[in-house]
Amino acid sequence: MENYYQKEIETASYEQIRQMQSERLVKTVNHVYENNEYYRNLMKKKGVTPDDIKSVDDLHKLPFLTKDDLREAYPYGLMSKPLSECVRIQSTSGTTGKRVVAFYTQHDIDLWEDCCARAIVAAGGTKEDVCQVCYGYGLFTGGPGLNGGSHKVGCLTLPMSSGNTDRQLQFMTDLEATIICCTPSYAAYLAESIYEQGLRDKIKLKAGIFGAEAWTEQMRKDIEAKLGIKAYDIYGLTEICGPGVAFECSAQSGMHVNEDHFIAEIINPETGEVLPEGEKGELVFTCITKEAFPVIRYRTKDICVLSREKCSCGRTHVKMAKPMGRSDDMLIVKGVNVFPSQIEEVLLKQGLTSNYQIIVDRENHSDTIEVRVEMTPELFSDKVNDLSKKEKEINAALKSMLGIYANVRIVEPKSIVRSEGKAVRVIDKRNLYN
Amino acid sequence: MTIKQLSIFVENKAGTVSSIAKSIADAGVSIRALSVADTQEFGILRLIVSDVDKAKDVLSENDCVVSVTKVIGVQIPDVPGGLSEVLALMSENGINIEYLYAFITISGQHAYVVLRVEDNEKAAEVLSKAGIKLVSQEDIDAL
Repeated sequence: MENYYQKEIETASYEQIRQMQSERLVKTVNHVYENNEYYRNLMKKKGVTPDDIKSVDDLHKLPFLTKDDLREAYPYGLMSKPLSECVRIQSTSGTTGKRVVAFYTQHDIDLWEDCCARAIVAAGGTKEDVCQVCYGYGLFTGGPGLNGGSHKVGCLTLPMSSGNTDRQLQFMTDLEATIICCTPSYAAYLAESIYEQGLRDKIKLKAGIFGAEAWTEQMRKDIEAKLGIKAYDIYGLTEICGPGVAFECSAQSGMHVNEDHFIAEIINPETGEVLPEGEKGELVFTCITKEAFPVIRYRTKDICVLSREKCSCGRTHVKMAKPMGRSDDMLIVKGVNVFPSQIEEVLLKQGLTSNYQIIVDRENHSDTIEVRVEMTPELFSDKVNDLSKKEKEINAALKSMLGIYANVRIVEPKSIVRSEGKAVRVIDKRNLYN
Repeated sequence: MTIKQLSIFVENKAGTVSSIAKSIADAGVSIRALSVADTQEFGILRLIVSDVDKAKDVLSENDCVVSVTKVIGVQIPDVPGGLSEVLALMSENGINIEYLYAFITISGQHAYVVLRVEDNEKAAEVLSKAGIKLVSQEDIDAL
């Protein structure tokens, strides 16, 4: 028997959803046009006025927003409500220069938490459950989002935040957590610790909601087998609201986009042209209910497929597949967004060359990032101390830029593999999209 | 008075020093002394050679990062206590030694010590005053 958090909306007919989306889109476009100069200018540049947008069918006429727009407009440029109406900010992980800050009114927080509540209920959650949230709390949306959703469902919520595995396991066993929310890699790590410590019989988990990074079907099977749970995917990004933009149901075959709040499109990343359902392309979202920070046609850079095939769970909202890659070079390491260009910036500032290579791997279910950079005559010293000191400086500069530790390894000149004269920038050994 | 040392960046992996030694040999340059300092990931190979410029050129051509460092060469009698006198002088005069290594030659009865210090001039002065013979670049070339 399938449970829903908001049954009427989650199982509405396609026509009802379209109707709802059209009304809300028109309202949002008017709201943004009136209150946000940045997007108004983009619309003017494209020769579009709110009058041109009468229904979802007109969505394609609107200009795209990209992460670059969000950075350019930082911090207040994309707000559509006065600060006095806002109650919260969240921010993307990582990066000093390239942070994205999103603003929320109480209404925005409510709808976001509703989205997360739907995900928890779809994973079998009820008010009888004990929901252990081990996503990070703070600027990162993972913890606050699932925490709010868990409250709405009425679960007993354990706001654990990330890390401190011994304490996680203690609360998990002592308070008999039944649902766990964290990154899939941390889930795999916890599963291993539980197995090693012989705690399998003491845990009461039945479901896990895992997101914020890419994971494979193989990983799902491993975690499910080790913990004896069903593992559900959840998708989101700070720019749109955070986790809960889309979530998996009992069918475990893609994530339902919360279409009453967000319109999903798939576009050709080269031309921007909207692609028909079922075709692979870049995922684009439009917020149609948010007040403070409603981004319109935001390009996620995630490569994905949408499907309206009837779902066995009874939900009617369109399903998105797991992202199959990126249309840019962004890496997600330990749930943190990392751009090679940021690493390059640090290296050049430290007097190094742009001959570098980023090697991302996963050891014991935890992401690692190594930055190999070629030695230069300027950097070189005959003293080990000098070189070790330099390495430490680069490590510290990278940590401060990325927000996570990256191990620097200085290598011999010309030792980084070049393809057609250019160094291969990124080697991702995790095979996340296979 | 100083002598020239080649300092070469090497990664900690098999065959690195071997290929450097071969390049130098192929150029007809002899290695007089050698020392390696290493960490977990990289090392610094330090060489005293018969022809610094030639060795440097050939290594640069082979994409090595190589620099020439001025170091102090000291000739000490090859008898017990020879080194300790030199080290005592350094410490008494507050001269910090970054690193040192020694070598001997077949021809003489002397041992040689290469010293890398912050202040070459001061070290040379202290050692000369104490009557210790410093090695010149010519001495090295003539070995």
